[in-house]
Amino acid sequence: MSVNRAAKSLLALSQHEELVDLSEDYPSSHSEDEGDNDGERKHQKLLEVISSVGGKNRQKLAERSEASLKVSEFSVTSEGSGGKLVLADLLEPGKTSSSLATVKKQLNRVKSKKTVELPLNKEEVERIHREVAFNKTSQVLSKWDPIVLKNRQAEQLVFPLEKKQPAFAPIEHVLSGWKARTPLEQEIFNLLHKNKQPVTDPLLTPVEKASLKAMSLEEAKMRRAELQRARALQSYYEAKARRAKKIKSKKYHKVMKKGKAKEALKEFEHLRKVNPTAALEELEKMEKARMMERMSLKHQNSGKWAKSKAIMAKYDLEARQAMQEQLAKNKELMQKLQVVSESEEEEGGTEEVLVPDAVNEVQMNADGPNPWMFRSCTSDAKEAEIQEDPEQLPEPVAHKVSESEGDEGPVAEEEMLKELEERQSLRESSGLNQEGSQEAQDSSSQEVLFELRAPSRKRRKNHQSRKQNTSLVGTVPQVQREDSVPEEPQLLQRPERVQTLEELEKEGRFQNQELPRPVLEGQQLERNSNTQPDAPKKKKKEQMIDLQNLLTTKSPSMKSLAVPTTIEESEDKAERDQKQMIKEAFAGDDVIRDFLKEKKEAMEASKPKDVDLTLPGWGEWGGVGLKPSTKKRRRFLIKAPEGPPRKDKNLPNVIINEKRNIHAAAHQVRVLPYPFTHHQQFERTIQTPIGSTWNTQRAFQKLTTPKVVTKPGHIIKPIKAEDVGYRSSSRSDLSVIQRNSKQLSALHKKQLKKNSI
Amino acid sequence: EDEMETAPKPSRDVPFKKDKLKAKRKKPRRYWEEETASDTARASSGPSCNKKRKQEFRPQRSKTAHILKKSRISKKPQVPKKHRERGNPEAQRNLSGVQDPFPGPVPVSVEVVQKFHRIDKSKKLPQSKSKTRSRLEVAEAEEEETSVKAARSELLLSEEPGFLEGEDGENTAKILQSDIMEAVDIASAAKHFDLNLRQFGPYRLNYSRTGRHLVIGGRRGHVAALDWVTKRLMCEINVMEAVRDIRFLHSEALIAVAQNRWLHIYDNQGIELHCIRRCDRVTRLEFLPFHFLLATASETGFLTYLDVSVGKIVAALNARAGRLDVMTQNPYNAIIHLGHSNGTVSLWSPAMKEPLAKILCHRGGVRALAVDSTGTYMATSGLDHQMKIFDLRGTFQPLSARTLPQGAGHLAFSQRGLLVAGMGDVVNIWARQGQASPPSLEQPYLTHRLSGPVHGLQFCPFEDVLGVGHSGGITSMLVPGAAEPNFDGLENNPYRSRKQRQEWEVKALLEKVPAELICLDPRALAEVDVISLEQAKKERIERLGYDPEAKAPFQPKPKQKGRSSTASLVKRKKKVMDEEHRDKVRQNLEQQQQHKQEKAKPLGARPSALDRFVH
Repeated sequence: MSVNRAAKSLLALSQHEELVDLSEDYPSSHSEDEGDNDGERKHQKLLEVISSVGGKNRQKLAERSEASLKVSEFSVTSEGSGGKLVLADLLEPGKTSSSLATVKKQLNRVKSKKTVELPLNKEEVERIHREVAFNKTSQVLSKWDPIVLKNRQAEQLVFPLEKKQPAFAPIEHVLSGWKARTPLEQEIFNLLHKNKQPVTDPLLTPVEKASLKAMSLEEAKMRRAELQRARALQSYYEAKARRAKKIKSKKYHKVMKKGKAKEALKEFEHLRKVNPTAALEELEKMEKARMMERMSLKHQNSGKWAKSKAIMAKYDLEARQAMQEQLAKNKELMQKLQVVSESEEEEGGTEEVLVPDAVNEVQMNADGPNPWMFRSCTSDAKEAEIQEDPEQLPEPVAHKVSESEGDEGPVAEEEMLKELEERQSLRESSGLNQEGSQEAQDSSSQEVLFELRAPSRKRRKNHQSRKQNTSLVGTVPQVQREDSVPEEPQLLQRPERVQTLEELEKEGRFQNQELPRPVLEGQQLERNSNTQPDAPKKKKKEQMIDLQNLLTTKSPSMKSLAVPTTIEESEDKAERDQKQMIKEAFAGDDVIRDFLKEKKEAMEASKPKDVDLTLPGWGEWGGVGLKPSTKKRRRFLIKAPEGPPRKDKNLPNVIINEKRNIHAAAHQVRVLPYPFTHHQQFERTIQTPIGSTWNTQRAFQKLTTPKVVTKPGHIIKPIKAEDVGYRSSSRSDLSVIQRNSKQLSALHKKQLKKNSI
Repeated sequence: EDEMETAPKPSRDVPFKKDKLKAKRKKPRRYWEEETASDTARASSGPSCNKKRKQEFRPQRSKTAHILKKSRISKKPQVPKKHRERGNPEAQRNLSGVQDPFPGPVPVSVEVVQKFHRIDKSKKLPQSKSKTRSRLEVAEAEEEETSVKAARSELLLSEEPGFLEGEDGENTAKILQSDIMEAVDIASAAKHFDLNLRQFGPYRLNYSRTGRHLVIGGRRGHVAALDWVTKRLMCEINVMEAVRDIRFLHSEALIAVAQNRWLHIYDNQGIELHCIRRCDRVTRLEFLPFHFLLATASETGFLTYLDVSVGKIVAALNARAGRLDVMTQNPYNAIIHLGHSNGTVSLWSPAMKEPLAKILCHRGGVRALAVDSTGTYMATSGLDHQMKIFDLRGTFQPLSARTLPQGAGHLAFSQRGLLVAGMGDVVNIWARQGQASPPSLEQPYLTHRLSGPVHGLQFCPFEDVLGVGHSGGITSMLVPGAAEPNFDGLENNPYRSRKQRQEWEVKALLEKVPAELICLDPRALAEVDVISLEQAKKERIERLGYDPEAKAPFQPKPKQKGRSSTASLVKRKKKVMDEEHRDKVRQNLEQQQQHKQEKAKPLGARPSALDRFVH
C-alpha cells in the first residue's frame, strides 16, 4: 500500500514538474515564434468577426498598428537583452533609490518561495483522510480493548451492568443515634467501655477525620500541579533509564558501576557522621552484599561469559586480562577478612569497592515499573539537607537554569522525586498537626508553592553539598565492619533434605499401590524372554508354553476350616461331578488349543489384507489348472501397511476385540473447539465431570453457572465509559471522532506535503 | 423405620457403666465398650481383658470414637500449615477485638484431595498457545477447587466401616456367627437370621440397590419379597414354574423372575406385570441400574439386553458358546461377563456383536464369576477346582490363584472388596489386606456352614450382611466390614419414603445412560475421536443402516392415458440410469487424464527459475 502510494505520489510529482516546465517554457516559446504572431492576430480578428456575426454588438477594440516586432500586447519579451528578464530589473531605475531596494528585497523573498504545489487528486486525498481517520478512531476505540478482553475472559457477566456500590457507612454512624436504655444494654456497654471498645463514637480518630475533610481548591490545584510535575519527571527519568539500559558498551557500564560504588561510599561516609545507626545498617548491608558475592559463583570463572573468555584467552590479550581480573576478584572475595591496620586502611581502603546490594538492585530493577522510586539508603541524608533548606529560601533564583544543566540531570530528577515524596509526607503530618489553625496552613501552602517554583535551586544546593561530602570522604569505617563480620561456615552450610521415616513409608506405600504384578511363573518367563534381545523365533512357542503354564500351575490348595460335606448331595449331582472330572482330565489341552486357534483367527481377521492384482493369462499361458507364476504374483501383490500392534499381543490368554465401538464413537467429540490445537489439550479440559453426581452441590453450581446472566424486565443499556471507570463521558468517543475530521486538516496537510515532495 | 433410626441411641451414653460390668462377667463386649476400653487403657495402664477380641460392627459408632478419629486426622503432617500462619495478628483482629484462633480456610488433607483428582498432570501436553494455556489453567484450577470441596465434604461421611480382629494372631475364621451376634448390639444382631424353607428347594436371592429389600426365589416356584430389616413381607407367591433366577429392577417395586420358559416381571404386590417371551429359557439375570437394562443369559446361548424403561430389547447377542449359565456384571463399566464351558470368560457390551474380550481362565468350564465394585478385580472359579483373581485393568492376568477342595460354585464381592465363595454347604469369605488390593486368598476371614448346598450369594449393600440362598432356605449372616458405611442419600437411601423413591425414579430416568455408551474403558468417551472424515461417514452409514446423504434412485412418474405401460416405465428408468452411468464414466476418465497430466508435467520440462513469471 505504502509502496503504491509512494509510486503514485512520484507520478503526481512528475506531472507537476512537467506542468511547471510548461509554464516556464511558455513565454519563451511565444517570443521565439514571431512568425506566428501575424497569423495569431489574423486568427484573433477572425474570432472577433465571428463573434460580431453572432448579432450582439461588441465594442470594437482599437487596433494597435505599431509595427513593432518586439512589442506584444500579451507578453513582455526580452529579446534584446539576451538573458531572461528578471522582475527586479524592471524596477531598477536609472539611479538606485533606497525605497526601491526594500521592494526588491521583498521581491527576492517572494521569488525564493516555491510555487504552490498542485493539490493531489481527489481519490488520493480521500484515501489519506480515511487512513488518518481510521488510525485516530482505532486509537480512540482501543481504550475499550482491555474491557472487551476482560469481558471475554470473565467467568460470568451479569446484565444490566451493576455499578459498584458505594462503600458502606461504618456501623458506628448508623448506631450513633442509638442509646442504651435497658439495664442489660447498659451493662454490656459498660463492659465495652472497660475494654476500650468504640461504642457510639465513630472509629475514626480526629486525625483521620481531618484527612477525610475535603481539601481546599487551592490545595487541590497545587497538589495536582505537583503530581503532574512528578509524573513528567518520572517519565523523563524512565526514558533516561531505558536509554541507559540499552547501552551495550561494557566500558560505560563499568564506569557507571564504579561511579555508583563511589557514590555509595560517599553517602555512607556522610551517613556515618549524621546517623551512626543507619550507617551501621548500611555497613551490614554491604557486608551482606559481599557475602552474597562470595556465596555465588559469580567470579569463579565458571559462568558462560567466563567460559567463552577462557576459549578466547589463548589468542586475545584482553580476554586474558579480563579473566585474570575476574580471578583476582574471586581471590579477593574469598580472602578471609582480617583486622586491617591503620596504614593499610589508608592505602587500600578507598580503592576497595564494595557495592551495597541496594545499588545492584536498582540496576536490576531498571526495567521494572518504577526503578527511580527505589529509595536508596541515602534518603536520610537528604532529609538532613532539606532541613537545612529553609534558611536559604530567599536566595535569588535568577541563574538557576544555567547551573542545573549538565550530566547531573537524572540524579537531580531522582532527587526531586524524592523531595516531592518527602514533601508530601511532611505536608500530611503538618496537616494533621495544624488542624485548627487555618493561618498556619495557608503559610505552609505558600511555602509549598514557593518550593515548587524553586526546586532546581535546591538541586544545585544538593550538588554542592555532595561536593563537600566528596572532600570529606576518604576513610572507610573498617573497624565497624569488623564487628559485623558474620561467621562464614554457618552461612555456607547447605540445607539438606530431611527425609523422615514417614515419607519413606509413604513412598513405599505408593509403590505398592501400583499395579500388582501377576504372580504366576508364566509371566516371569515372558519377562525373561523380553529381556533377551535375540529370541524372536522362540516367542511363539513360548507363548504356547506360557499359556499352558498359566492354566496348569499348581496353585496352593486351600486349607479350609469347614470342609464342605458331600453326603447331602444328591446322586445325580455326584454323577455330574464325575463327568466333570472326566472332562477335566481330557479337556485341558483342547481348551488351550481351541483358544489359540481362535486367537489366531482373530488376529488374521483384524490384519489388513494384501491386494492381489494378478491377472491370470496375461503374459503367459492361461487355462484351466494353470496358475500364475509366483514371480508374477509377487510383482502384482500390493502389501497392506501393517497396522498398530494388537493390544493382546503380549497377553497369551486374552483376545481383545480390535473393532471400534461405532455406537459409542458417535457420542465422542470429533472436532476440536477453537483455541485448542491438540486433542490432548482439549481432553484435559473435559476430564473433570460437572454433574451433581460427582460434585458437591456448591461445586456443581459453580461449574454450571451460565456465562451471561440477565435480569428479566431490565433494560440492558450499552456500556458507557463511566461504567468501567473511565473519566470521559460517553459522548467523548463520538466527539473525538468528529473532532478528528477537524483536526485532520493540520495532520493531513503534513502528510500531503510528505507525499508531494 | 423408626426403629432403625432409634436403634443407635444407646451407644451414646452407656459406655462407662458397661465397662465395669464387663470386667466381672468376662462376657464378649459390645463394640462401644471396646472402644472406650481401649481409650481408657491408653490413659491408664495394662489391658483389662484377657480375651481382647475386637468385634466391631458398622452401622453405628460412638461419638467419642468419631471425634478421636478426627483429631488424629488433623495431626497428620500432610496438612498444609501455611494457612494458619499467614497474616499478622493485628490485622485480623476484628471489631470486637477477639482474634480468630483459626484464621483462614480449614486445612484439607492432601491425600483426600488427591483422591478426587481426575487430571493426570504427569502427562506432558504438546506446546500450547497462551490462549489455550489459559483455558487449561482454568480447567486445572476448577478441578483443584472442586476436589478440595469434595475433600471437605468427606467430613460428612461420619460412619466408619466395621471390622473383626482376632486377639494376637487368633484366626478370625474360627469366630462363629453366634460369637459375633453376642458381641454386637441388638439391632445388628437381629440382622442375622435363618429362614427355613425346605419345601421349595434351593433359593436364589437378590437385595435391592438400597439394601433394604430382599427378594427370594425358590427353585420350585416360591417367590417372596420382603423388607428384610423389619422382616415385613411385601408379597409371597408361587409362580407354579421353576424359578431360575430372580432380581430387583431399578427399585424394589419391580421384580424380574426368570422362570422355566419366559421372563416374567412382577410388582411388589406379586402381580404379574409383564411376560417377556422374547427372553426365553433364561438362566441368569443381571440389572444395569444406570442404563436401565436387564441383561438375560439364556440356555439357547443368547445374551439379551432389555431396556426396562421403554420395554424394548436393545440387543440380542449370540455368544456362540452353548448354554449360558454363568453371568455377572462389572459395576464400574456395566460390561457383562459370561463364563463358558471351555474355560473362557467373555466380556460383552450391547453396542458390539462380538465379545469385547475373551479371557482363558480355567482348563475346565467356568463355574462362577464375580467382579468387585471398583471394576478392578474379577474372581473366577472353574471346574478345575481353582479360584483365581484377575486384574481387569487392561491386562486380564491372574493375580492370585488357589485350589479349593471342591471348587466354588458361587462367588460374590462385597462393596468393600470382600470375596465370598460358596462351596457345597460352606461359605468362605476372604478379606483384602490393603485399601485397593485384591482379597488375599491366604486365609479366610470368615467361614460358615449352612444347612444345605449354596445356591445363591449376595452381599447386602450398606449393611454388613451376606445373604445366602441354599436348599434349606435363606441365611442372612453378619460379615463385619463388608459394606460401605456411608450411603448417598440422594442415590441409594435405605430410609427413603415412597415419595422420595418416586422422585429418585424420575431423576434416575432423566439421567439414564444410553446403552451404546457401554464400553471397556468408560473414560475413553471423554477422548477426542481422531478418525478421518471418510471413516466417520462410513461408520455413520453402518450405524444407521443406510446412507442419509445418498441420492434417491430415479422413479419414473406414471404418465396418463395408457401411455405408461410397464415396459415404457422400465425403459425410461433404464435410460436415466444409463445416463448417470455414462456421466460417472466420463468423470472418471477426466480424472484419470488429469492425473496423468499432473504426472507428466514435472517430467516434461525441468523447472526453471523463470517459471514463476509465466503464470
